[in-house]
Amino acid sequence: MQYAVETEALTRVFQPKRKKEGKSVTALDSVDLSIKQGELFGILGPNGAGKTTLLKILSTLLLPTSGKAYVAGFDVETDFQEVRKRINMVSGGEVSGYGLLTVKENLWMFSQFYGIRTKVAIERIDRMLEQFGLMDKRNEKVRTLSTGQRQKMNVIRGFVTDPDIIFLDEPTLGLDVNASRVIREYIVDWVSNGTDKTVLLTTHYMAEADQLCDRIAIIDNGKILACDTPENLKKLVKTSTMLKLDTTMLDDKRVLETIKGIEKFTYADDATNNLTSLKFVLQDESAVSDIVSEVVRSGAKILALRKTEPTLEDVFIKMVGKGFE
Amino acid sequence: MSETWLMKNLRAVKGRAYPRVVGGNREPSWVFFEIALPILTVAAYAYIYKFMSARPEFVGYVILGGAMTAFWLNILWSMASQFYWEKETGNLQLYLIAPISRMAILAGMAVGGLFMTSTRALATIIIGVFVFSVSFTLSDPLLMVLVFVVTMIALYGMGMMFASLYMLLGREAYHLSNLMTEPIYLASGFYFPVKYLGFWAAAGASFIPITLGLDALRQLFFPTGSQDAFLSVWTEVGILSALCVLFLILSRLSLDYMEWLGKSTGRLTLRWQ
Repeated sequence: MQYAVETEALTRVFQPKRKKEGKSVTALDSVDLSIKQGELFGILGPNGAGKTTLLKILSTLLLPTSGKAYVAGFDVETDFQEVRKRINMVSGGEVSGYGLLTVKENLWMFSQFYGIRTKVAIERIDRMLEQFGLMDKRNEKVRTLSTGQRQKMNVIRGFVTDPDIIFLDEPTLGLDVNASRVIREYIVDWVSNGTDKTVLLTTHYMAEADQLCDRIAIIDNGKILACDTPENLKKLVKTSTMLKLDTTMLDDKRVLETIKGIEKFTYADDATNNLTSLKFVLQDESAVSDIVSEVVRSGAKILALRKTEPTLEDVFIKMVGKGFE
Repeated sequence: MSETWLMKNLRAVKGRAYPRVVGGNREPSWVFFEIALPILTVAAYAYIYKFMSARPEFVGYVILGGAMTAFWLNILWSMASQFYWEKETGNLQLYLIAPISRMAILAGMAVGGLFMTSTRALATIIIGVFVFSVSFTLSDPLLMVLVFVVTMIALYGMGMMFASLYMLLGREAYHLSNLMTEPIYLASGFYFPVKYLGFWAAAGASFIPITLGLDALRQLFFPTGSQDAFLSVWTEVGILSALCVLFLILSRLSLDYMEWLGKSTGRLTLRWQ
């Protein structure tokens, strides 16, 4: 079987510009991945986990320090021109293009770098502008677009060249609910309706990964910690109990570390509203009473306590020992 | 070289030239910054020559030089430093992953810049002719076209080479462009015939193609221009042709090196991390 993307012990180490400036950083550490054609594959990880580095290597913008990477069966180091014929890439928060050109002109310009005839390009652009609800902005200058509109245009730029494989690096980063929804729906439709079209999506939005992806790899510190379908990943924490606890500001969380039966926990403080939100992965439900006792003893009030269904975030907390920021 | 490959790259040239040809004219401020301001500089030199009772063609030399400064500024600020700005906006990585020759992107920038700047240069000449009543006499139009074409190919070839080198310099590119503005105005003889700098200084300045191009154009536009010429027109055409080849080869090599270095060190792609 030919994989859309395949990596073997892929490693990337960034050296400091000057030796004085610090140590080298291992952004990817022996990553092995196989992504099937037609798959919508997610890479889930916090900032600095190595997601973007992986995408840069696969999109031929960066060389691996060691190991191998193949895209559409071609080596990204030696056959990069063949890889480039088959891919495109969109990054979240991208400000590419030229503000003085209109939306249509910008999209047309990028289509020309892929040798698409103007007539074909304009037809595709119009169809996609309609799908993304941007038709009325067709002749507006790019610099007048809102963040969401601009990101929709970026996503159109990536898909307008009809790639076999598209790399989406946090494509909904910082967008509102509606803009994110439109982009997500388009991605799902594109994979479902295309012939062996493959999407490699990085995100640190758990729900996005859960909703969109056929399979997900969880990455942290450059290592793949788990790779499976969202359902199977969630089964990894099925035997555990997930607990959410909201309290008034809990100053000293160290007391919780000593309680037996807690596998992992994370917290978020909201000083403005005097709130602390805690999430626990418990090996043993009997730990609940100890948690409640310790919270009360520390002087905080319990505002809400509920048991939850396992989510990808729980999987992540269990594997990495921390949540996402 | 298949036709498909050629057509793909020609489309890329057209695509990259478009923002310069169309977008560049959408801000009306260019009329002030790119025509009115250069005319003021030209006027200053023209009045100095008039005050000194210099030969009338010297005012013409200044107008021609003033028009050609537009091309030099375009090279420095819109060709050489362009990849650096493209990197900052994220365009560069999109150019790099496109399945086309990098030279097509640079050629598109050059073609667009050449078109845009030619309109500014022509406007400077027309205004200068009316304001200072300078008469241009074109003795050999075909040779003039040849001189202009080889000058521009060599000049933009140099800009293409600078584009890769500047990008690796990062922020220093800004300082380098500033450094290469006024000194080149002097060394290339934008406002006086370069011959009067002396042979070796003029020969050194000839590495900048506009020096020889301007010297040749002055000879072709003014009947007494040969009195102030550094070299004969055909010698200058020969040297400019050699510079065309040299700069196009060097720009290709520097582009390959830049891409390899960027991919190895991550310097092209760290923006989004």
